[in-house]
Amino acid sequence: MTKTKTPPQGGEEAARPLTGNEAIARGAWEAGLRVAAAYPGTPSTEILESLARYPTDDLVAQWSTNEKVALDVAAGACFAGVRALAAMKHVGLNVAADALMSQTYIGVNGGLVLVVCDDPGIHSSQNEQDTRLFCRLAMVPCLEPADAQEALDFTRAAFELSERYDTPVLIRSTTRLSHTRSVVRLGTREVPPARTFRDDPRKNVMIPAHARGRHPKLIEREQAVAAFFATSKLNRWEKGDRSLGIVTAGMPYAYIKEVLPGASVLKLAVSYPLPLELIRDFAASVDRLLVVEELEPVIETELRAAGLAAEGKAFFPRTGELSPEAVREGLEMAGVLPARPKVNPWPVQPVARPPVLCPGCPHTMSYMAIRALEARVAGDIGCYTLAALEPLRSIDTCVAMGSSIANAVGMARAGTETRPIIATIGDSTFLHAGIPPLIDAVYNDANITVIILDNHITAMTGGQDHAGTGRTLRGEGAGRIDFEQMVRACGVKWIRRVDSYDVATMYQTFREAAAYKGVSVVISDRPCVLDPVRIKGPSLAVNLTNCTACQSCMNLGCPAIGWDEATLDGRHKVKINPELCIGCTLCAQICPADGIHAALTVGGAE
Amino acid sequence: MSAERPTNVLIVGVGGQGVIMVSKVLAALAQRQGLQVKQSEVHGMAKRGGSVFSHVRFGPEVWSPVIPRGEADILVALEWAEGLRWLDALKRDGGTFIADTQQIVPPIAFRDRRPGGRSAYAPQAPAAILEMVGTGYALDATRIAAGLGNTRFANSVLLGALSTALPFAAEAWLAVLRQFVPPATVEPNLQAFRAGRDWVESGARPAEPAARPADAAPVATHAHRVEINASWCKGCNICVRMCPERCLRLDDNGIAALVRDGACTGCHLCEWLCPDFAIRVHDEAAPSPAR
Repeated sequence: MTKTKTPPQGGEEAARPLTGNEAIARGAWEAGLRVAAAYPGTPSTEILESLARYPTDDLVAQWSTNEKVALDVAAGACFAGVRALAAMKHVGLNVAADALMSQTYIGVNGGLVLVVCDDPGIHSSQNEQDTRLFCRLAMVPCLEPADAQEALDFTRAAFELSERYDTPVLIRSTTRLSHTRSVVRLGTREVPPARTFRDDPRKNVMIPAHARGRHPKLIEREQAVAAFFATSKLNRWEKGDRSLGIVTAGMPYAYIKEVLPGASVLKLAVSYPLPLELIRDFAASVDRLLVVEELEPVIETELRAAGLAAEGKAFFPRTGELSPEAVREGLEMAGVLPARPKVNPWPVQPVARPPVLCPGCPHTMSYMAIRALEARVAGDIGCYTLAALEPLRSIDTCVAMGSSIANAVGMARAGTETRPIIATIGDSTFLHAGIPPLIDAVYNDANITVIILDNHITAMTGGQDHAGTGRTLRGEGAGRIDFEQMVRACGVKWIRRVDSYDVATMYQTFREAAAYKGVSVVISDRPCVLDPVRIKGPSLAVNLTNCTACQSCMNLGCPAIGWDEATLDGRHKVKINPELCIGCTLCAQICPADGIHAALTVGGAE
Repeated sequence: MSAERPTNVLIVGVGGQGVIMVSKVLAALAQRQGLQVKQSEVHGMAKRGGSVFSHVRFGPEVWSPVIPRGEADILVALEWAEGLRWLDALKRDGGTFIADTQQIVPPIAFRDRRPGGRSAYAPQAPAAILEMVGTGYALDATRIAAGLGNTRFANSVLLGALSTALPFAAEAWLAVLRQFVPPATVEPNLQAFRAGRDWVESGARPAEPAARPADAAPVATHAHRVEINASWCKGCNICVRMCPERCLRLDDNGIAALVRDGACTGCHLCEWLCPDFAIRVHDEAAPSPAR
């Protein structure tokens, strides 16, 4: 098989520190990747951002509207004969699952790799589902790298496997792997010979008659891939103390090496399909078999079903991120390590520091105004979910991308709610999954108000472009969706656009929208203060003579507003931090005592 | 197995302070000494003013990317309360604590708005903390940096302090630092590094307690009582909407009523804004019950 080789670009070093995500991108590039698509989602976002830094001649990297679209785009490229990749966070796979479940029947033409980043510990997600269970359901091989080097190596291997066994291959990362940087040996880019579309309807067109023929192929494929992994060098059998053998895969391997350096370890590269014969051999070489895996007992359950006396989740948690401590505690509980004396925590009182909306965040005022409606508010996924917490405390539900609108429809249809029913959804989330439920609302004439919080960016994941920004992943100009036209096209008759910094108009518009019978849509419009440019206007200051210490302004939860030393009636007057303030004027508009003005006009207030 | 354990440095702070920059400098430096390095961070929510932390581990062989609890050799805090939050990560004997006494007070610290309410920000003075931890340095890196022209150089001041606790030569630090700061600010950053290093080497002294925003609790001079004259109230809802503590509601008859008495701070806004003079907030002689 002839391949085009490209050496590392001009003067590149042979090894470089990379995060897991960067290493996956590098591995895909080295494997000759041509098309990559994703919807941003922590912790997977940087995979596509890294790929976008490789030459345009080498590969296409694009943001897609949602994860299903991303996977279908990658699958389309794979149909067309090139190597393709889709990346997403764990919950993104739920969205893409429909496509995956059929694509797995079809298999591949060019190699197809799906990278899914789980979030054990729920650092930045709405749940901590274990993607490995999905792999079993879809019958796609699941590779689990444990560090950046493996992330690169396994990604390269995944493309080979995909083509050799005619299957999509999934790489399961986790937050810890994706965001850990370590030194990686780099390779060269090797582009496999070009293929073209393969006319084979029985394989490519999933109608019942064809699909029935494909299902048995998956079973055969499962055995073939398992046989490959029985001898693959990607697994590592480390011989050590024979009293205990540990079977593991992915990130927990590092914790085991940390806590129990001398153990016998079988580190699997793959958690589906399992190379059972290899594991049997390993089990036979040790007195006791422990499985250490992050989240669900996926490997453990299968080993037990195969008749092996494997233990695992009796000692290691099924919830949360593993760590050296969690692994040590498990090994102590299992009687492998002696219990350590308990250390009392330091007697210190720091202060809670939950994430907050930024100074000048346009969402702040949207939710202040929403709160004044005393409405029932269905929320959605994004920075604005923080409005569920004090002091805005104005979101009643948050489920999944796009759920807000349909949740609101259901609440309205239930007929039990006397308050106005509002759905709030960000611009990127609306494009991702908000349009079908909006159509549903119009179709079923639900009496709800939808507030689109349009800050012109995918803010939560760090400022990525989308179809409403007019820019591509590589920063080039692009087609732009007009939200107003889109909403009108869905059949909505009552539409208003308001400036998120215009307090009086916001209050009034929201009241009118809530009073309207039927579907009303308000687009609350202001760019994010961080992306794509960091906005910093002249700051405001407090005129302490006017300030009555009512602290109304502090209901915004703005990090720029704090207590002043000056007090009135035993309460602190307020102070604005000029370094943080961006001059949005929301506090000035809210102040009942006219005590906040541009810093330049409040002479010497600071 | 190697008997030599990796060196563990935990760097913490608040989103936007440059925790990641500091850890990248350290990781790059260690890598150039031919050591294995792992640097792990969790971001996502971090950008929104939350806690940020970064684990840096280096040595002949490094496995876990995170430092086992209680095994950090050095804890570097870019913000004072974050240092306290992560204190349990530090080795009980032989650990070194390096913290900027700078305070970034989150909005949630100001939740108690009643007369006499206190800030919830870490109440203990730096000297008391240093006494507990053994080897510790509490320096006002932000002020030192401000003296050099920009508070953003505080990171380099802390790197300078950190450099005294690790066996790498000062020149090696400076060479790496040079590459990680914007070209226009190389000189002041190198100066800041030296200032931090000098601060420690010239004999560390416990920092005087930093000036704290609104540290002293105000004295509550009186209690308050809200009186609503139902026959004058026409249910216009202005007081309900404007109450900063959201203590008022319209009752079933459409009359304003105090529903969260304990949350009322006696700010008088409702009294002042009521168009019908239906609300009075009485200041009574007795001070509020102590909290």
